[in-house]
Amino acid sequence: MDNAPRALSPGGGPLRAIGGSFRWLANMLRSSLFRYVIRRVLWGVVLLVIVSALTFVIFYLFPSADPARLRAGRNPNPAAVAAIRHALNLDKPIYLQYWLYMKHLVLHFDLGFSYYNQQAVGTQIFQRLPVTAELAFGAFVLWMLIGIPIGIISAIRPRSVLDRVTMSGSLVAISAPVYWLGLVALFLFANDIGIIHLFPGSGSYVPITKDPAGWFGSMILPWFVLAASFAAFYARMVRAQVRETMSEDFIRTARAKGLSERRVIFRHGLRAALTPVVTMAGLDLSGLLGGAILTETVFNIPGVGRYAYDAIVNADFPPIQGTVLFSAFFIITANIIVDVIYAFLDPRVRY
Amino acid sequence: MSALLEIHDLHVSFRTRDGVVHAVEGAELSVERGRTLGVVGESGSGKSVTALTVMGLTRFPNATISGEVMFDGTDLVTLPDNQMRSVRGKRIAMIFQDPLSSLHPLFKIGWQIVEAIRTHEDVSKANARKQAIEALREVGIPSPEKRIDSYPHELSGGMRQRAMIAMALVLKPDVLIADEPTTALDVTVQAQILDLIRRLKDEYQTAIVMITHDLGVIAELADEVAVMYAGRVMERTSREKLFTVPELPYTWGLMNSIPRLDAPRPGRLDSISGLPPSLIHLPSGCPFHPRCPYVMDVCLKIEPELKESEPGHLVACHLAPAERQRIGRELQAH
Repeated sequence: MDNAPRALSPGGGPLRAIGGSFRWLANMLRSSLFRYVIRRVLWGVVLLVIVSALTFVIFYLFPSADPARLRAGRNPNPAAVAAIRHALNLDKPIYLQYWLYMKHLVLHFDLGFSYYNQQAVGTQIFQRLPVTAELAFGAFVLWMLIGIPIGIISAIRPRSVLDRVTMSGSLVAISAPVYWLGLVALFLFANDIGIIHLFPGSGSYVPITKDPAGWFGSMILPWFVLAASFAAFYARMVRAQVRETMSEDFIRTARAKGLSERRVIFRHGLRAALTPVVTMAGLDLSGLLGGAILTETVFNIPGVGRYAYDAIVNADFPPIQGTVLFSAFFIITANIIVDVIYAFLDPRVRY
Repeated sequence: MSALLEIHDLHVSFRTRDGVVHAVEGAELSVERGRTLGVVGESGSGKSVTALTVMGLTRFPNATISGEVMFDGTDLVTLPDNQMRSVRGKRIAMIFQDPLSSLHPLFKIGWQIVEAIRTHEDVSKANARKQAIEALREVGIPSPEKRIDSYPHELSGGMRQRAMIAMALVLKPDVLIADEPTTALDVTVQAQILDLIRRLKDEYQTAIVMITHDLGVIAELADEVAVMYAGRVMERTSREKLFTVPELPYTWGLMNSIPRLDAPRPGRLDSISGLPPSLIHLPSGCPFHPRCPYVMDVCLKIEPELKESEPGHLVACHLAPAERQRIGRELQAH
């Protein structure tokens, strides 16, 4: 039935020798889930190396500007440019640059310093991370609260008015780009440039510790704008999932048992239909934790995404590399976590 | 003779984008306590829809249902949904073709059986669990105390169907509807499941409606047989009569398409030519006439009624009864 542990435990012998009070440890090390996680983590590290190398190559081949020239002021003389180039190590061959970067990263957890303002990239990212997390989690809660109920109701009442309205509305929300939706929201509702002065507009962010009410007000528009396309996408996905599940044989069995329709839908139907949605939600949330570049830029929110945007504009390579690695780290970690959770949600999944 | 479950002139149709599907057209069936009614027919003959209608599971917005399903003095067709729910699962239970897809994949089988018990009976969880273990033991699942915490995918096909039967029978229903319960199983396991159903029927005096396309299952289990075609019951009789003097050309076709061990091996099996009719555009007259080797002029115009050919043998066919009996007897003699 479950032959995974046998196949995956060549270390059974020596580990058993530990015995005694360490048996729980030995069991954990032998468990197929633990081995699976270790394997995935190692692969994750390999992926991060590949991602960083690719970022390096792409920036080397297609820099958004020449970093040295950008820093040498107006009408720079060639000697000054060359001096800056040398100071930033940009005159060395690319493999050497990459090697130096990786050496610092691995030995000192050091993501380097910004070319632009000489600040440590790691510190900068960690300072901005809470802001991005506030934006991401708020939007996440919002889109789950909107998308899932709409998806369920339109699945249960297909072709109803609500189904038709929400499903065509969701197409609009999915198609609308975030930067456009953000600007529209500002022009309509911001209390500076908006038609109706309803919410604080762009650049109104204040930390929650300083002014909780002001913070909440400033986040309302960004949350809704960021959540809109996700909510629409989730509504459609949940609707499709629920409709498919409700035509399964086991739903017919549940009805044949004499259960109420409510229990058939909410207990039997949703349990099966929403399991894959958990996976999607975890991945989408982690994707946003790496920085919601467009939303943060439109609303001028000082998060990781905004940091990445500024770095690209200034041809400031270390923050670009830092934010890319950071968001890759989140996505890889979330993938592993979500896959482990899935094994608990669906007993058919084994490692 | 008062039957426990009696279906009279049942019509079920569904409005679809392609037109109205007449799934059941005037079905006539009945079954008594402790007896087994076998319902045979090809896919699309309306046997499953008839069964689901008895359970009240075809009450979709696009469905039209008329006729009578008398169960112990109550007409189930007009019974309100909330009262139907207390019949469903409790007094009439149903098992399905593929136990892997019919059991919820994410719940333990014990949980699913306990849920069935507690839906209809006010008992504690611990008590329901005891009943569930007993039910699993009853259907021959080894070490049921352990198996109760298995997920469906952890059991073999035969064990899954046993668990499904345990879930259906744990509340001691009066009627068990089995919709092709052995089709998805290995031949040896099929025989075990049929034995199990027969044993439980004798023990609890359950009335059984066995839906199948397999005449072998009918020969094994049924007391009475109904042959369905295009939503109609075309022949109804006892098992003995059906296998000695079948009187319907369609039944002859079904019997000819079974390989026989006691006859010289033919080059190839006979099959009924043509396909089952579209339930949206039914042929005029007798629905079987386009495929019938004995077709006459009258068959194209007038639909034959289900009439008594001799006591206990109902047939819907325009052929003369004496002629039908001669052909049927000859066919079965070989």
